[in-house]
Amino acid sequence: MANKLYPDAKAALDGLLFDGMTIMSGGFGLCGIPEKLIAALRDAGVKGLTVISNNAGVDGFGLGQLLETRQIAKMISSYVGENKEFERQYLAGELQLEFNPQGTLAERIRAGGAGIPGFYTKTGVGTLVAEGKEHKDFATASGTETYILETGLVADVSIVKAWKADPYGNLIFRKTSRNFNPMMATAGKVTVVEVEELVPTGTFDPDHIHTPGVFVQRLFVGRDYEKRIEQRTVRQREPA
Amino acid sequence: MWTRDQQAARAAKELQDGFYVNLGIGMPTLVANFIPEGVDVTLQSENGMLGMGPFPFAGEEDPDLINAGKQTITELDRTSYFSSADSFAMIRGGHIDLSILGAMEVADNGDIANWMIPGKMVKGMGGAMDLVAGVKKIIVLMEHNAKDGSAKFKTACILPLTGKGVVDMVISELAVLARPAKGAPFRLIELAPGIDLDMLKARTEGHFEA
Repeated sequence: MANKLYPDAKAALDGLLFDGMTIMSGGFGLCGIPEKLIAALRDAGVKGLTVISNNAGVDGFGLGQLLETRQIAKMISSYVGENKEFERQYLAGELQLEFNPQGTLAERIRAGGAGIPGFYTKTGVGTLVAEGKEHKDFATASGTETYILETGLVADVSIVKAWKADPYGNLIFRKTSRNFNPMMATAGKVTVVEVEELVPTGTFDPDHIHTPGVFVQRLFVGRDYEKRIEQRTVRQREPA
Repeated sequence: MWTRDQQAARAAKELQDGFYVNLGIGMPTLVANFIPEGVDVTLQSENGMLGMGPFPFAGEEDPDLINAGKQTITELDRTSYFSSADSFAMIRGGHIDLSILGAMEVADNGDIANWMIPGKMVKGMGGAMDLVAGVKKIIVLMEHNAKDGSAKFKTACILPLTGKGVVDMVISELAVLARPAKGAPFRLIELAPGIDLDMLKARTEGHFEA
């Protein structure tokens, strides 16, 4: 079998990086982000990046680290509200930003990975998002409705966080840290995955694999995950 | 006039047994506290979860388990997890029965604006445009007037739209306005205690049938 295993994030990215490249980065907020690979991108110093990610991290963590070092030239995201450095660079004209509705972003990535160059959606019809896009009417169960054309997205490299993998690159995600990771795994020319645990081949029930190994080219086990919580929210126990 | 909790409780009356529901960030989140007894609803969180449970007890937070507001939450016996693409297949594909969300403006033709104020830093629309375009019924929970006193239920939205002609019901601290179908005019359904029609009209710009 082809070896997909690498010792760490730096080794797993070796030979893949170049200035001006497009990177997809998994996660929702700070949940399920490839924290080791983002740190390795920062250390590699690659510049002029277009980063496709639902969010842009927070100051000093996640993609916020690549903003501090000015490595990102453009973000394609649905929501970027948690990051002061992002706001500063954007308002200063140093950073380009393309907003996509969250479901449109997810589907553009799914389509790109599935070899579908475009699709029609009614999300965003009649809004700024629809400006300059092809409009087309379709007959539906509730009558004729207008849809807009959205294009598929692919990346030079996708960086993905999963919970567990086997040596063939079969992946299992955990709870809501799955989010954008499975689609991004399909849409990278090269997909690099970090996991918390590597299990021997044959451990997974084949029916329970979320992402089949064909989508994964490189793989390593990350250590000491920080897994920051953005909004720690708890309830009080009822008094006994 | 209704308090915020009473507004949320009024919105909760729209929940029906068996509904799959997506609640927006802010006041709509309160609706989960007022689900009527005997009504079983499953809450969807667009970051990839059906069957959202309550907040965890201190010490039991799981960083891999958050809602769309990035708050720590818990799972239930019925819970399922899925990708963002599957999540928005549910939303865009019309499989979610009801979404309750906030708004800066709603027009009397059902237009909604809740994501962008030109000239201010724009954070993004997140999942709001997908929700209003795809969910079967859209309820807006909002204050009747903006801080400067201007009406938020208008003849036309001034702010950039989130969706066109998509709102079915508006619940403010003063009244419930609703329409039986997209395209139909809004009608007054209910006045909050102490509010009469003249008071409501004085504070409303958009057209509704009394």
